[in-house]
Amino acid sequence: MSEGIGARVARKEDKRFITGKGKYTDDIRMDNQAYAAFVRSPHAHARVTGIDASEAEAMEGVIAVHTGPDMKADGIGDIITGWAITSKDGNPMQCGVWNPMVTEMARYVGDAVAVVIAETQDLARRAAEMVAVDYEEMPAAVFADKALEDGAPQVHSNVPGNLIFNWEIGDEAATEAAMSGAHHITEMDITNNRLSPNAMEPRSAVAIFDEAEDHYTLYTTSQNPHVARLVLSAFYQVAPEHKLRVIAPDVGGGFGSKIYIYPEEIACLWASMKTGRSVKWTSDRSEAFMTDAHGRDHVTKAKMGFDADGKIVGFHVDTIANIGAYVSLFATATPTYLYGTLWSGVYDMPAIYGTVRAVHTNTVPVDAYRGAGRPEATYMIERMIETAAREMGMDPAELRRRNFIKEFPYQTQVILQYDSGDYFTILDKAQAAADVAGFAARKAESAARGKLRGMGYSTFVEACGIAPSAAVGSLGAAVGLWESAEVRVNPVGTVEVLTGCHSHGQGHETTFAQLVADRFGLPIDNVSIVHGDTDKTQFGMGTYGSRSGPVGMSAVMKALDKVEEKAKKIAAHVLEASEDDIVIEGGEAKVAGTDRAMGWHEVGLAAYTGHNLPEGMEPGLKETSFFDPVNFSFPSGALIAEVEVDPETGVTDLVSFTAVDDFGTIINPMIVEGQVHGGLVQGIGQALCEGVVYDDDGQLLTGSYMDYQMPRADNVPSFVLDHGCTPSPNNPLGLKGCGEAGAIGAPPAVINAITDAIGTNDLQMPATPQAVWMALQSAKTAMAAE
Amino acid sequence: MSNVKMTVNGKAVSRDVPDTTLLSDFLRENLRLTGTHVGCDTSQCGACVVHVDGRAVKSCTVLAASLDGADVTTIEGIAPGKDDLHPMQTAFNAHHGLQCGFCTPGMIMSGIDMVNRYKAEGKALTEEAIRHELEGNICRCTGYHNIVRAIEDAAGQMDGMSKAAE
Repeated sequence: MSEGIGARVARKEDKRFITGKGKYTDDIRMDNQAYAAFVRSPHAHARVTGIDASEAEAMEGVIAVHTGPDMKADGIGDIITGWAITSKDGNPMQCGVWNPMVTEMARYVGDAVAVVIAETQDLARRAAEMVAVDYEEMPAAVFADKALEDGAPQVHSNVPGNLIFNWEIGDEAATEAAMSGAHHITEMDITNNRLSPNAMEPRSAVAIFDEAEDHYTLYTTSQNPHVARLVLSAFYQVAPEHKLRVIAPDVGGGFGSKIYIYPEEIACLWASMKTGRSVKWTSDRSEAFMTDAHGRDHVTKAKMGFDADGKIVGFHVDTIANIGAYVSLFATATPTYLYGTLWSGVYDMPAIYGTVRAVHTNTVPVDAYRGAGRPEATYMIERMIETAAREMGMDPAELRRRNFIKEFPYQTQVILQYDSGDYFTILDKAQAAADVAGFAARKAESAARGKLRGMGYSTFVEACGIAPSAAVGSLGAAVGLWESAEVRVNPVGTVEVLTGCHSHGQGHETTFAQLVADRFGLPIDNVSIVHGDTDKTQFGMGTYGSRSGPVGMSAVMKALDKVEEKAKKIAAHVLEASEDDIVIEGGEAKVAGTDRAMGWHEVGLAAYTGHNLPEGMEPGLKETSFFDPVNFSFPSGALIAEVEVDPETGVTDLVSFTAVDDFGTIINPMIVEGQVHGGLVQGIGQALCEGVVYDDDGQLLTGSYMDYQMPRADNVPSFVLDHGCTPSPNNPLGLKGCGEAGAIGAPPAVINAITDAIGTNDLQMPATPQAVWMALQSAKTAMAAE
Repeated sequence: MSNVKMTVNGKAVSRDVPDTTLLSDFLRENLRLTGTHVGCDTSQCGACVVHVDGRAVKSCTVLAASLDGADVTTIEGIAPGKDDLHPMQTAFNAHHGLQCGFCTPGMIMSGIDMVNRYKAEGKALTEEAIRHELEGNICRCTGYHNIVRAIEDAAGQMDGMSKAAE
């Protein structure tokens, strides 16, 4: 069986995970291990007026207690943000200062005030409870819209009105004009609920200081260890870059939450230097809910205008985005360039305009979570168009088809140029797979049992393959978003691929090896993938934004091109043939049309012995590439959800879910399907049950799995999947990226299905039984009044 | 402190540990069997599931000292040989039933337990039953689809194994 591109190969990395031999950060224990525990603010907003650690310090086994001011005094830098946004009035954004540990003011429940280092984890936690902190409580700003009101509590004194920026995109005058001439306007208030990413492995760090070498090692749960090293050294100044090794070993899921460099990693590194001990911290789940960056949290007013034929004429958006107490790494890009640039959806929209106001609140920082901005855009657009179809008495699929973009490349009114797509085919396939024709009969059958059946669509496009460096640089990014690869052919012909991407569930050890298998006809067992260690791999940007395929694999392909070119030169020389006649396949370099060949291992050996190489050729067979994409990639999808609602209880049963995605070329269908399944359930979770809840004082009410409802196996069905394929013209393999599609596309499909079932569009996520039941009662009351 | 003696993966072990030591910590920290994972602090996620005297137990929910004399099996102890995997392990690989791998040990231990229980009770392990039985195991990566496929497949394999043994 082929193990190359397109092959459904079982994962190479699985064995260590299914036998309990995976090595996650918390599995690491050093000989001189000490443990960190953090003293955290129990208040959403409070001035720290005193810290008395004497009782904790006196406990046997407590090594040290350090505070925010101690850290500041040692010159540890403030936490940075990676993307500068300019407000529509031309002013730069205004951000509050983020000290890794509180120096004066705690700004969310969980803000770290001090760290205790002790001989055991249990002792560190008990000692942390003995640190007496005096707080002067202040009123808290919790909800983004209320934080903008006059007289709202101020989160940072240098950010008046809590407004970080007021950003705009599109053409305001053209949109106003288009809307004023519209035949029909659909208006909606849309909330995108706040989520907690909940990678199953909690964050963890083990910091090791080697005093003799003045060198630091940090094992950490990171999606991007090189970025972590850069930021820790250049900005937080815990160690110079060449004296700091960052290793992200097996990482148990990320979904964005492990992109960021959090206060705890900084504190562990710093404390390891202060104490001369290896310092470990592992979050528990309650701490994760309190401190991992949250996602989403938008409130939006949107208007979509249509002409008499149902063609969209204009789209107007006004969004308020909650950024939380501090501006995290990608927090400003998420509700702007990853959101507003997707407002055209899969539709030909001649006029678009909108604004996004980003707001500080006394809540944990909000940043990119699976999809990051694109789910918020998709949810809004897809609820609007479905609602518009209902208001205009049209079939929702037909209204979509009338507005689908037909020709590519397509230049939207909001910066992006879509590369390729065929939205008609994927919708056709989805409708066939979901048996849309049989829906009326199924609905009647449900009704006979007293149940309400509904069907909802979501057709969407995402910008993935993040991202072309010069383009994002011009939009305010502080980094480039290229990716690197090194391909090393060993003297015996085995191959090592060093990638700057990081696998934390994506299966890179298999799919990246498939590229090599495909190129040279080698078994994937002869290929190993090296990632996640700054001492082993060249600088790379890491894994997020569905970039490992379109960007990371493209770098591997470019390096393979160079390896192949050199290997052909070597083989031509040894086989005394023309380089143009050499083909490499089936693990051999052959002279086309003859029986002359040499094994791949012989090519490797020839390269490294150097005994018989073309004149002037350097020995060795190892090549590096840095791939910078010329554009984003644009995967698309057509999803159909079918639900049955019990009107007595409001309970929604997700009866079936069909997803037809276009990811361009697919390397391993089994792994791609797995990515879709997982993304869909995160999106379904957002739609049906997940939601972070803060009370009016900023207390986190959803601090455990007893309060925050994760989707479980019995909340979701098995999925019906299919694919379209329009390869991206912008990378060598035609890849588009598949990691985020499900989470981006699923929420509106589910909510559109529920609102179809219950006969009212007035429903926000999560559609808990209570929310659905209340919506049903309101609809009944409204109908009775008419 | 308590002296805790138990059999873990077929080997007798004995350790002096504080009375407050959870079985999950005993396995991870005292025996360094780190395949058993801890993903929450409210006994919800199921990453820590092991078998105690043949029954699936959340090891974060039971004190080691209360299990003196117990027979404990962890993810490290289910494969019949070094190069030989349990059918549940093989099925998780074959059906791509894992991604990041963190919940996987608990999923596999719960999967084996449900297959054994349903077989003992003579009940059919349908998809609906598998999904219901997985209520206490949270996975954030796979969307459960391929975990269900893996358990269905392994149930058939395990059934075949026990028939062959009869």
